[in-house]
Amino acid sequence: MEHPDRWHRDQLGHRGPFGRHGPFGLRERRSGHGGPLRREPADRLGGGVAAGIAAWRGFSPTTVRIVFVLVTLVSAGWGVPLYVLAWLFIPATGTDANIFSKARTDAGGIRLAVGLASLLIFVLLVAGALNGGWFISWAWPQVFSVAGLALIWRNGAEEDQATLRHLLEPLGVATGDVRPTRRSALRLVIAGALMAGGLGWLFSAHASLALLRPLGGVLLVIAAIVLALGPWWLRIARDLALERQAKARAEERVDIAARVHDSVLQTLALIQRRADDPQKVIQLARMQERELRSWLFEGRDPDEAGEELTVAGGVRKIQQDVEARYGVPVEAVTVGDCDLDDNLTALLAAAGEATVNAAKWSGAGVISLFAEVEPGEVSIVVRDRGKGFDPEAVPEDRKGLAESVHGRMTRRGGTATVTTAPGEGTKVTLKMPRSSLPAGRT
Amino acid sequence: MSMPRVVLVDDHGLFRSGVRAELGRQVEVVGEADDVQPAIDLIGELLPDVVLLDVHLPGGGGQAVVQAVKASHPEVRFLALSASDAPEDVIAVIRAGARGYVTKTISTAELADAVRRVAAGDAVFSHRLAGFVLDAFAAAPEAPSDVKPSFDSELDQLTSREREVLRLIAQGYTYKEIAKELFISTKTVESHVSSVLRKLQLSTRHQLTRWAAERRLA
Repeated sequence: MEHPDRWHRDQLGHRGPFGRHGPFGLRERRSGHGGPLRREPADRLGGGVAAGIAAWRGFSPTTVRIVFVLVTLVSAGWGVPLYVLAWLFIPATGTDANIFSKARTDAGGIRLAVGLASLLIFVLLVAGALNGGWFISWAWPQVFSVAGLALIWRNGAEEDQATLRHLLEPLGVATGDVRPTRRSALRLVIAGALMAGGLGWLFSAHASLALLRPLGGVLLVIAAIVLALGPWWLRIARDLALERQAKARAEERVDIAARVHDSVLQTLALIQRRADDPQKVIQLARMQERELRSWLFEGRDPDEAGEELTVAGGVRKIQQDVEARYGVPVEAVTVGDCDLDDNLTALLAAAGEATVNAAKWSGAGVISLFAEVEPGEVSIVVRDRGKGFDPEAVPEDRKGLAESVHGRMTRRGGTATVTTAPGEGTKVTLKMPRSSLPAGRT
Repeated sequence: MSMPRVVLVDDHGLFRSGVRAELGRQVEVVGEADDVQPAIDLIGELLPDVVLLDVHLPGGGGQAVVQAVKASHPEVRFLALSASDAPEDVIAVIRAGARGYVTKTISTAELADAVRRVAAGDAVFSHRLAGFVLDAFAAAPEAPSDVKPSFDSELDQLTSREREVLRLIAQGYTYKEIAKELFISTKTVESHVSSVLRKLQLSTRHQLTRWAAERRLA
C-alpha cells in the first residue's frame, strides 16, 4: 500500500510520475518486480490496484487488501475514493496510459461524473440537515468515488467495465432490471429487517442500552449486509476465477502454438528444402524429435539451462551436441541417476570425447551411449559398429584423443578400456567410482 | 518357416500404410485397425500370429486390446510400437501381456526381425526398454518391514546374467552379438530375455508401477 500522504497529494493535483519510495520503508526487505507501478487486472478483485501494488513491492495481495480495508476503517471511508483514484491514475499492466488521460477528453463522462457527484452532495446535505450522524461523514468521501467510478465506467477497458457491472448488479435488482427470484426476495426481506433493526438499535438513544448499542447494532448491520450481498460476492469471486482459468488456458494454447510454429514447422520447412540430402534430413528429424519428446513427455524445456547437473542430464547433453554437430544419431540409455561431482564431471567429459571420436571417425550409422549409475560406481559405455581400428597402429591425431580420455579417467581414480579391431567397431568402457557420499537416487 | 500373419493396429493411417509397404515382402499383413474395439473384433476374427500394436490409441491404451484379446485368444502375440517412450505406457502394455516393445524409429529390417522373433515366441526388447527394466529392477532400497515380501521373491530380482544381457541390449547389441560377447548361444540369450519378460509381467513388486509413474515426473 502506498503511503496515504502520497495519495492525498496526488488527489490535490500533484500527479507526476509515481515515486519509487518504498511503502513504510520496506523496500530493502521485500523484492517486487522492480518495474513501474501497474494495476494487475489479471489478479483483481476490483480494479487490480492491490494486486498491482503487491506485485510492485513484493507483498502478498491479501496483505495489501487487508491494509486497505484498515485504512478505510480508520480514515472514515476515505480509502474508497483513494482506491478509485488509484484505479483511474495507475495504468494497467502492459500499458502506459491511465484511464484518466482518456477520461480528460470525454466531455460526456465528465458531465455524468459531475452530475452524479452533485446529486450525491445534494442528498448528503439534506441527510445532514436531518442529522444522519456518522453515516454521513462516511458518505462524504464517496462523492469522489462516485465521480471516479463514473469516469472509469465511461473510459475503462473491457475488464474494468465488467467489474463495475458486477459491482452495480444489486442496483439492477433495486431498479427492477434484474427480476429477483422468490428465494432472493425472501433473503432481501430478511436482510432488510435485520438492517432496520440494526440501524434502529444504533440510533435509538435508550440509556440502558448505551453500552451494548454499538456492538449489537453493528453486528446486525453486518449480518444484513452479508445476507443481502453475500451470494453476489461469491458470484463475483467465481466469475473472476473462471475468467482467470480461461486466460490461463488461452496462454497455454498460445505457448503450444508458438512451440509448434517455432520449432516443428521450422524443421518441416527445413526438411522440405533439404530433401536431396538424406543425412541432413535425418539429423533435422532426430533433433526435432528429441526436442519435442523432452517437451511433451518429460516436461522439460530443451533450452533450459542447468540440465547438466545430473548424470542423465549430462548424457542427454552429449547426445544433443553430437547429433547436432556431426549428424550421427546417438541412442542414449541411462539407468539410474545421481548428482554430479568433480569425478563424474570428468567421466562425462571423457564420455563426450569418446562419443565425438566415434562420430568423427568410425563411419557408423548410429552410436550407442549407455550410462548406468550404481551405488558404488558410475559406468558409461560408448559403442559403435563402425570400422574400428588396430590399437597398435593408431594415427597420431587419434592417439592424442584416446590418451586424453584415458588420462581424464585415471587422474580421478577411474578406468578406461577400449575394445576394438579393424571392422569390428569400437567400444569404450569408462568406470568411475562414486565418492563416499552418494547423493540423489541410484 | 512361412511368413508370419500380422495385424497392424495404429490410429495413424499414414504410419500403417508405411509399415505395410515396408514389411510387405517379409511378413503377411492380413488386416489393419485404427482403434481399440475394431482391433479386438478384427483380431478375434483373423487370429494372426502377431499384432503390431500402437501403445497410444484414441479409445484407450494399447493394453486394453492386449487384455481383451488375451482373455479369449491367449495364443495371439503382441509386439508394442510406440513413439513416446514414456516408461509408464511401455511397462503397462508389457505387463498386460505384450511380448516386446520397439520404438517407431526402428529400421525396417529390425522390425521384420522383431516380428519374426515374437511370432516364434521370443521376447523383443528395444535398447530403451532394456534401460527401463534395469532401472526398475535396480537395487531398490529395502522394502519397509510392514510390507510383506512378495510371494515369489525370485520374480522380483534379475540374475546377474540377465542384468548383463540387458546391459548389452541397452548398448545396442543384437542377440547374436550378445551371444558372441558372453560366449553363450543365441538360444540362451533368447531364454534370458524371455525370463526377464516373464519377471516383468508377473512380478508383484509394487515399485515397478510406482517407478514408472515417478520416472515420468522426474
